[in-house]
Amino acid sequence: MTAMTDTQSDQGFHPSQLIYDTRYRSITIQIIALICVLAGFGWLINNAVTNLAAAGQDFNFDFLGNVAGYDINQKIIDYDSQMTHGRATLVGLLNTLLVAVLGCITCTVIGVTMGVLRLSNNWIVQKLATVYVEGFRNVPVLLWIVLTMGVMIKLPPDPRAFRSGDASMILWDSVAITNRGVYVPRIIYEAGSSIVVGVLILSIIGIFAFRRLARKRQEATGAILPVFWVSLGLLFIPVIIAQFVMGSPVSLQNPYFRGFNFTDGVHLRNSLIALWLALSLYTGAFVAENVRAGILAVSKGQTEAAAALGIRPRRIMNLVVLPQAMRVIVPPMISNYLNLTKNSSLALAIGYMDLTGTLGNITRNQTGREMECVLLLMGIYLILSLGISSLGNLYNNSVKLKER
Amino acid sequence: MTKSVFFGALATAGLLAGAASAQTLAEVQERDTLRCGVTTGLVGFAAPNEEGEWEGFDVAICRAVAAAVLGDGSKVEFIPTTGSTRFTALASGEIDLLARNTTWTFSRDVDLEFEFAGVNYYDGQGFLVRKDLGVTSANELDGATVCIQTGTTTELNLADFFRANDMSYEPVPIETNAEAQQQYLANACDVYTTDASGLAATRASFENPGDHMLLPEIISKEPLGPLVRHGDNAWGDIARWTLNALIAAEELGVTSENLEEMAAGTDNPEINRLLGSEGNLGEMLGLSSDWAVNAISAGGNYGEIFEDNIGADTAIGLDRGLNAQWTNGGLLYSPPFR
Ligand SMILES: N[C@@H](CCC(=O)N[C@@H](CS)C(=O)NCC(=O)O)C(=O)O
Repeated sequence: MTAMTDTQSDQGFHPSQLIYDTRYRSITIQIIALICVLAGFGWLINNAVTNLAAAGQDFNFDFLGNVAGYDINQKIIDYDSQMTHGRATLVGLLNTLLVAVLGCITCTVIGVTMGVLRLSNNWIVQKLATVYVEGFRNVPVLLWIVLTMGVMIKLPPDPRAFRSGDASMILWDSVAITNRGVYVPRIIYEAGSSIVVGVLILSIIGIFAFRRLARKRQEATGAILPVFWVSLGLLFIPVIIAQFVMGSPVSLQNPYFRGFNFTDGVHLRNSLIALWLALSLYTGAFVAENVRAGILAVSKGQTEAAAALGIRPRRIMNLVVLPQAMRVIVPPMISNYLNLTKNSSLALAIGYMDLTGTLGNITRNQTGREMECVLLLMGIYLILSLGISSLGNLYNNSVKLKER
Repeated sequence: MTKSVFFGALATAGLLAGAASAQTLAEVQERDTLRCGVTTGLVGFAAPNEEGEWEGFDVAICRAVAAAVLGDGSKVEFIPTTGSTRFTALASGEIDLLARNTTWTFSRDVDLEFEFAGVNYYDGQGFLVRKDLGVTSANELDGATVCIQTGTTTELNLADFFRANDMSYEPVPIETNAEAQQQYLANACDVYTTDASGLAATRASFENPGDHMLLPEIISKEPLGPLVRHGDNAWGDIARWTLNALIAAEELGVTSENLEEMAAGTDNPEINRLLGSEGNLGEMLGLSSDWAVNAISAGGNYGEIFEDNIGADTAIGLDRGLNAQWTNGGLLYSPPFR
């Protein structure tokens, strides 16, 4: 700021200027406020420590190295009840990340679709999308989570119905939908499967290379290569040949019923599915509104100009409108991802063993280390959120308006 | 912005400052109600009846303590807690006494810093299954899906039991008994495991209790009792000796019927000391001399409380078993009132 009311600067400095001189006043106020806040925090921490000491409790994190003693049903890394609370925390953190990543992907797909459909010219489609958005946005997400879980428990048959023949598996006996979750086939890798996987990776690299080439060709000559069909072919044909030549080393193992439950497949627990579904649908409604706002923010002239050039409506959306809308859509999108990740802690209500379920609930309760667990929990969520924000900001920088 | 953060911090610190205090008796007397932590609802132990009044075996302990301290067993505010919120509620001072099927363990006593007033029910962990599951022993449960309440000793015992027997299982962690019951009845789990008394109470509330059975194995010791915060010994004594008074009353033959008559004085000096017509035990506790009379009149002696809420004549139908007086081959044994 250069606006100055007093012009006494040449007369030397006087302490009263700290209050009366507008050049210094704001700094003075800020410093005083900072001191107050720091003193407040200091008093707060001191108070907490004193009170903990008075209650005979110290403040340390040693408990993370002690044996946890409890089991966790969904574990992405190896874990058993003889491992430490620290390990249990890690298992919980990975479960949080799993549902967050799955949720962010699906909420984006759902949200973009619904946002575009809400602008559709078809009355029914548009109204359906509106009902979806308003329905999910206006009911607390906890209720959606609990409701979805309730449906998952009550509606599908229990595993024993499959034994007695009252229920049967679907998709050629490969998938079982039960009230304990969904069992899907597991992939088994036998000798030689590394070659098949290697071929798959090469194919994917090949697809990207081909797409680049096609784009260059189009920019240079205007000729459009059949990108979609070639990509599809590149993806499947080499892998199928490799699989055939090597004698089918990669195969699918269907789940089957034994004893009390299905075994040998991958078990998608209904707590995971319920949480994933409810979070995606709920956050998807917010994403849909962002997408709609983004599209509406692109001036109508753009669409009309593109139409005047004879571009088809789908292409107008994909090539003209969406790329510009991205600039409006991306920043609030980051906050949607943050919300989804933080809301995943509601997992507690349906027994999904995420970070809150392990560290924030069972470990906290069994060790009695309330303060430590909650602080650690807050710290981890904070780091997670900052990580998501910075990734989002990186992406935002790549799509935002580049001023040249 | 900075301002609101600052005042928020002040408020939080103020809350923290209220937590540590060793004056529970004075606080309860001043407030004129006892804040008692109970379950979220387990018929027989603690649940509201049709009129919305809490009743049950654990509730009776709350009422007895309230009667001993405030002279009126209805001066209780019941605070429902789950397995994982109960200790926070007690440690933070939100409740004065916790009577919620809580097992007395070393770490809860020593590390979590609580004080158990004694044992009001000697229990053990059992397994509830459907009869048509075709299982007759817990050793046949390999691969089963098991519903458990989180934040309990149950989940730790279960992990140990399956490990020791080299079996695997799929735990389904659940917050409250009501939800566990729902999942179990929907067959989302094969087995429900918790304290055997809790299982009996849960089964009694089923539509067809006869379709379900408890497996014969009891895999742990679960001495359940009321507890208070560590550090306020005077308050701990009140809880401990109120429980003892109920147990001693049964042993000495003091019932809600003959209470008034006996309180006037008998030829048994121990009864006289207990009921306050002789000596000054009440005064030593900081209570009135008829504290035990009030405690017993709230719901009867231990035996009456047992029979009224969970005994053989109720739907829950539990036998006295280990919870009989030591004179009848049980484990109940109150130290002398002297
Ligand atoms: N005794 C065990 C388990 C206590 C427990 O959670 N019991 C269950 C069933 S007996 C209960 O009281 N549930 C009532 C509720 O969910 O509020 C412990 O202290 O950890």
